[in-house]
Amino acid sequence: MDIVLLSRWQFALNTIYHFFFVPLTLGLGWFVAILETMYARSGNLLYKRLTKFWGKLFLINYAMGVVTGIVMEFQFGMNWSEYSRFVGDVFGAPLAVEGLLAFFLESTFLGVWIFGWERLSKKLHAAVMWLVAIGGNLSAFWILAANGFMQHPVGYAIVNGRAQMTDFGALLGNPRALYLFLHTFFAGLVTASFFMLGFSIYHLVKKQEVEAFRKSFVLSALIGLLSTIAVGGAGHIQGVYLREVQPMAAAASEAHYETANPADFHLIAGIDQDGRKTTWSVTIPRALSFLYFFKWEGEVEGLNQVQARYEQLYGPGNYIPNIALTFWSFRVMVGVGLLMGLLSLGALVIAWKKYPEKWIERSGWLVWIILLPYLANTTGWVLTETGRQPWVVHGLMQTKDAVSPNLAPATVLISLIGFVLIYAVLMVIDLYLLVKFAKKGLGAGDLDSVPIAGEVEAKKKGGK
Amino acid sequence: MNLNILWFVLVAVLYAGFFFLEGFDFGVGMLLPSLGRKDVERRAIINTIGPHWDGNEVWLIVAGGATFAAFPQWYATLFSGFYLGFFLLLFALIVRGVGFEFRSKLSAARWRYGWDWAIAVSSFVAAFLLGVVFTNLVRGVPINAAMQYTGGFFTLLNPISLLGGLTVVMLFLFHGANFLTLKLSDGLRERARNAMKTYFTAALLFALGLFAALLFTPSAFSTKGVFSAVLPVLAAASLVVSRVMMGKKKEGWAFICSSLAVVLTVAALFTALFPNVMVSTTNPANNLTIYNASSSPYTLKVLSIIAAVMVPVVLAYQTWTYVIFRKRVKADTKTLTY
Ligand code: HDD
Ligand code: HEM
Ligand code: HEM
Repeated sequence: MDIVLLSRWQFALNTIYHFFFVPLTLGLGWFVAILETMYARSGNLLYKRLTKFWGKLFLINYAMGVVTGIVMEFQFGMNWSEYSRFVGDVFGAPLAVEGLLAFFLESTFLGVWIFGWERLSKKLHAAVMWLVAIGGNLSAFWILAANGFMQHPVGYAIVNGRAQMTDFGALLGNPRALYLFLHTFFAGLVTASFFMLGFSIYHLVKKQEVEAFRKSFVLSALIGLLSTIAVGGAGHIQGVYLREVQPMAAAASEAHYETANPADFHLIAGIDQDGRKTTWSVTIPRALSFLYFFKWEGEVEGLNQVQARYEQLYGPGNYIPNIALTFWSFRVMVGVGLLMGLLSLGALVIAWKKYPEKWIERSGWLVWIILLPYLANTTGWVLTETGRQPWVVHGLMQTKDAVSPNLAPATVLISLIGFVLIYAVLMVIDLYLLVKFAKKGLGAGDLDSVPIAGEVEAKKKGGK
Repeated sequence: MNLNILWFVLVAVLYAGFFFLEGFDFGVGMLLPSLGRKDVERRAIINTIGPHWDGNEVWLIVAGGATFAAFPQWYATLFSGFYLGFFLLLFALIVRGVGFEFRSKLSAARWRYGWDWAIAVSSFVAAFLLGVVFTNLVRGVPINAAMQYTGGFFTLLNPISLLGGLTVVMLFLFHGANFLTLKLSDGLRERARNAMKTYFTAALLFALGLFAALLFTPSAFSTKGVFSAVLPVLAAASLVVSRVMMGKKKEGWAFICSSLAVVLTVAALFTALFPNVMVSTTNPANNLTIYNASSSPYTLKVLSIIAAVMVPVVLAYQTWTYVIFRKRVKADTKTLTY
């Protein structure tokens, strides 16, 4: 096996794993902050318990985001040293600033939040949670500014064979990055909404702490509906811009092989990667043009034509990414998004109708909707990152040239196996803990570090 | 002072800050199983760093990010060259990080003690590897004209760097015990005080041994002659003063001096390195310097402005957190939250 392939597997594994935890952090932070603000303003203890409960789940998830994030920070140098040499001048800056501006804010204040319940006033404590939520989302902005550069490089010049930054403002104002951020921001809210909605349903079905979980249910259904609409809207704008700056990725995501005007939209299709055509498809006439131009005509460049153009531009080579992967990832993400929109609408209706018993009885299985946003998040990134291939920095550097040349395949294999093993173990523990605490209900939030068994007994006898 | 020098200093400051802050965190981690005999005691020990350790670890992340942004070639050569070392470091940091979060979530004794040991071992491994990495930076490693590291994993594990690894471990144990003496109360505080005294001798001997070894072998240290010896001597002096202060029960001063010792040690390493960032044992012409490894002046300027604004702000709020949590931690279940 070669180091490029191994390094790619490792990078994809690490990043997807990191992003398994990140969206919940991004979204749930806002929810906890909102709930705590409601407590600070009303003094209603129910809100405090809700804050602590969802806060507990936030923390379990957060820890995993942090430890996987550290891996992210260093793997560019470890596995992609040529990439780091080539773009470090531009790409390193947002990364460094992310730490300075966002990570410090988020982790420092989270520490204060966890341990500060007795030390800070109610209002100040709630404000601290807002800082945590802002910090997390700021970090997403900076990392996506970095990623945006890889997708659509701006504000640089090539000097002595290396990319040098010439315009920091352009880097931050890169529309590609702003759209990525907008979409990710709302994806975070969707993720947290469905996480909350799913566990609220669980408790409503079990008839535990009904009042509290009705509040969570309504809050998450409402924000869930608004944010699924927003994530779709943002995604649409992002897709339109994608066609302008990365026509290859856009065409691949639609399995659109030949330039056409008007262009048809493949709802689903069979894909022949090497034969460069679809084998069968269910098609909506003219719809692709409509999606891109908001009218029923307009030329959309096909994969084969972009390939020909890129060969002229960049020399001979294969510039076509894995089409089936991008095409189906896109369909899964959008399909799941639409489904979640309907589900949150349905949830609002249920709340409106005062939770009919008939419905409650039959809804146990609905906890599984928690998985939906995770599916959409992962497929969304697979779409973005594989759609960019073979480029690591679009138009400037290919992935195969980015890898660290001094690594032996065995070395990367060792680390890859190491990561797989520890991630698998931690995933099991993390899910176990999340589910255990989520099922416990509000009591879980009140639970502070219970001493171990023997000592508990002693305390019970002596105390109450 | 030009921007390349400024950023070399800033990177050094970030690593020094990381060693100072995570230094006691790692020390506390290593001391956890031996100082805490009961579950509540261990909880108390963890709670001394509970609110801070994550914020402290960000110093490492920012130091890494700043290295990447200001000296991309350094970042690239170092991390790809010391690949397995960093992999193990990351592995240890993962275990440590989740350990703090997971250990108290279940109440089985096996679970908790298992994680406590995991925290201790991973803290040890992380401290040791950091020592190995930094000693190798100063000692020099094989690097070719294309700025690629040409050695293997075991090239890194030479006697001097192993000594460096152990030195950092001892320093952190000493520093951590100092911190605990300041933060704990009653019997635990006494135990921490005793640990501090125990590790003092080890830390001093290892540190002196390391500096002597570096001075008398061809390394970045020996090229600067007597000048290099100034900071190490000051570091050793701080260690001694720290011990003296502890004898007089001036715990605050003892901690300040142990912090100083850690910071001076890092300063000594970076001073020896300057103006190189990586030393090549293959050929001095292949050294990575603050000039041939750096970003463009524009990038450095942008970064400087951001750092000038943000670093004071970060320092201010991180200091604030130590003020809020200045009270000593007691090992009783009523006051131990979380
Ligand atoms: C809850 C998650 C979620 C949901 C419901 C959606 N997305 Fe999404 N999508 C993501 C989560 C996501 C993501 C994982 O966060 C990505 C990866 C990169 C990014 O910015 O967001 C993404 C990428 C992404 C891209 C990336 C192409 C690129 O930038 O290379 C497009 C065009 C869309 N999405 C479009 C949509 C549309 C039209 C949706 C309609 C419902 C939609 N997404 C729902
Ligand atoms: C968190 C969301 C992200 C996910 C899930 C993700 C996923 C992936 C995947 C699946 C690949 C492999 C593509 C392939 O092999 O065909 C990849 C490649 C890559 N991504 Fe991302 N990515 C994410 C965000 C980012 C960000 C924010 C950056 C940069 C800051 C980045 C940098 C890279 C690089 C350098 C590669 C090239 C290595 C390779 O081809 O595997 N990614 N990513
Ligand atoms: C779309 C991509 C990404 C987003 C939105 C994102 C966002 C976040 C957020 C919100 C956190 C806070 C902790 C948590 O989430 O649980 C975090 C942690 C972290 N991320 Fe990412 N990240 C992304 C990809 C990356 C990449 C590519 C890197 C590497 C350069 C990275 C580096 C880190 C680091 C170092 C941490 C730990 C910070 C701490 O200790 O507080 N992330 N990330």
